[in-house]
Amino acid sequence: MELVLILVIPVLASVVALAPTGRRHAAPATLVATALVLVLAAQVATETARQGARQAGNGWLTCDGLGGLVLVLVALVAFAAALFSWGYIAARPDQHPLRDVQRYYGLYNLFVLSMLAVPLLANVALMWIAVELTTLLSAFLVGYENTAEALEAAWKYVILTTLGAVFALLGFLILYWGLRVAGGESFTWVGLGEAAPHMPPALLWTAFLLILVGFGTKVGLVPMHTWLPDAHSQAPASICALLSGIETTTALYVLLRLFPVVSGGQGLDPGPWFIGFGLISVGTAALLLIYVRDFKRMFAFSTVEHMGIILVAAGLGGAEAHLGAAYQVTGHALAKSFCFFAAGVTVMAAGTQEIAGVRGLIRSSPTAAVALVAGGFAIAGAPPFAIFVSELVILKAGLAAGHFIVIGLLALFVTVAFCAVMFHINRMVFGSDLDQPTMAAIPVSSKITLAVAAVPLVVVGVFVPAPVHALLQAAAAAIGG
Amino acid sequence: MSGSPFPVIASLDALAGALFLLAALGVVATRQVLASLRLFILQSLLLAFSAVLLGIGLGSIHLLAVAVITIATKAMLIPWLLRRTLSAEVYRTREIERALNIPSSLLLSAILIMLAYVIANPLLAAVSAPFAAINLPLGIAVIFLGAITIAVRREAVPQMLGLLVVENGVFFAGIAIVPDLPVIAELAAAVDVPVIVLVIGLLTRQIYRRLGTTSVGRLAALREH
Repeated sequence: MELVLILVIPVLASVVALAPTGRRHAAPATLVATALVLVLAAQVATETARQGARQAGNGWLTCDGLGGLVLVLVALVAFAAALFSWGYIAARPDQHPLRDVQRYYGLYNLFVLSMLAVPLLANVALMWIAVELTTLLSAFLVGYENTAEALEAAWKYVILTTLGAVFALLGFLILYWGLRVAGGESFTWVGLGEAAPHMPPALLWTAFLLILVGFGTKVGLVPMHTWLPDAHSQAPASICALLSGIETTTALYVLLRLFPVVSGGQGLDPGPWFIGFGLISVGTAALLLIYVRDFKRMFAFSTVEHMGIILVAAGLGGAEAHLGAAYQVTGHALAKSFCFFAAGVTVMAAGTQEIAGVRGLIRSSPTAAVALVAGGFAIAGAPPFAIFVSELVILKAGLAAGHFIVIGLLALFVTVAFCAVMFHINRMVFGSDLDQPTMAAIPVSSKITLAVAAVPLVVVGVFVPAPVHALLQAAAAAIGG
Repeated sequence: MSGSPFPVIASLDALAGALFLLAALGVVATRQVLASLRLFILQSLLLAFSAVLLGIGLGSIHLLAVAVITIATKAMLIPWLLRRTLSAEVYRTREIERALNIPSSLLLSAILIMLAYVIANPLLAAVSAPFAAINLPLGIAVIFLGAITIAVRREAVPQMLGLLVVENGVFFAGIAIVPDLPVIAELAAAVDVPVIVLVIGLLTRQIYRRLGTTSVGRLAALREH
């Protein structure tokens, strides 16, 4: 029942936002809807972690550990971003007529719905449609600012990620072919896992590569990442938090689901491909982080880095590494959304996205400065934040399994990325060269968002509450198959 | 195809496949935006024709449904949607400059068509499915040609058509390898493609209104310095 409600509530909120009377109700309706979804998702995830996978709606909806984790993260970031939108989108009535704001909230709820649907839909073909819709429903949110840059970013985003999704579609059709050849009936992840040992390996492997490249585009794996820094830097900050924090994760979720299925095939090991793509992504992102000039692009490249780390952790295999992967997924969603809220506040305070255009932020806008420093530490992987712990778990697991070269490279790249991010943020916050232009005041709702988003970020880093730990372990078990 | 139990149907399917591939090459090479759109409609009709042939050959009612959906969405709904969202000026555009000239694009296409057979062969060797020997490699080849279109053409509408050509390629392969396509996949075809066209069409209109051009390949403000 909760699973059905989670999908119904955003539809209602979207209708309210788009209704002719929705001018004043769009923002509060969205906030209430995302809050309700968050409560339900948290309840579902806790119960799933305790009692195992559950189903609803005649078996069309399902939720297990990994699905529950992604579900609750989507709900959490969606709520925080709705709160941030309150002041960020509505604070600029001069730039956007009310009609645009209504459309923003209408699409916002549908975009969130598509992301909630990915982990919940049992049928793999339907799940593919949900992933595809995450792109199509967010295209106009990426282009919301209606500048030349935003439209260019939206165009690249739609064309490249849809192209990737269509490549993945061929992969899913071949998977279905293999399922039928193996005598399987049910086109679900469970059904595929059971049929995998009986599938012709050539089919399973081709499907794997097509889906890895196709959805890898949406995850932002190098070299298919070119659209990502554009879209994640040009969208409004609230949308960036969704795109970077969890939309990439929903596509990555599919790859994590595919991993145990392919591992179950005769003589197939997807591990090296995950590790290869992951390391190339982490390494490239680390280098680009040094040269980056726009701080929203910096956070975007950090997303590419994190996705790579998660892929490496999944590819390494073993319960410890998979726990690290689940932990990193969590840490990434919490930290990256926080970073984009901080970036949004900084843009409001400094009026630019250029790293070189912001100096001495600690004096001109202490709120933005503190948020940027905290966010920087959180994504770069410093204690006491979650990503420090998850990266440590992954490195330890890899060393214990004897993957010295992989772990050596990973540690090197992560260190380079850490230094690059901290170098840029340090200059923005403490540097003192420029006369800052006059600042816009930061809306109260943005400050509240930062405070709200910081709570889980620190909690998951300092001590992991028992239900969260159980959920992470259930998720790790699902990646292991 | 000598081993096929339906020699006539297989021959007709091979013919449809050859024309299907040629239409995709046409989309890669045509300069006129409107001509590209017509080639895409022709290609979609060939996909529907192949689906009918396979539907008869394999006795699958699902494939006839695929044919009907293909004609309804790709040959009728999509051109209508594009006419509604985009002004006539967009169609009158001729692309003079491309990222890669036409002979080079076609040479690249030829190489990728061969690659398609290299990819399809292990699958065909692993599982025998009637008609897959025709449809799978040609479908994969057309997927590549659509991707080339997106890469080399700079106008918005041809880039979108490239995407739809890729989609056609996937379904051309799909009707042979999964003739018992679940209802869900038919639903996907019926819903997904018009939504893609609607979103990209509206985005193109927004770009045209804001920037006065639909030459999206020239937009290059965003990059690493």
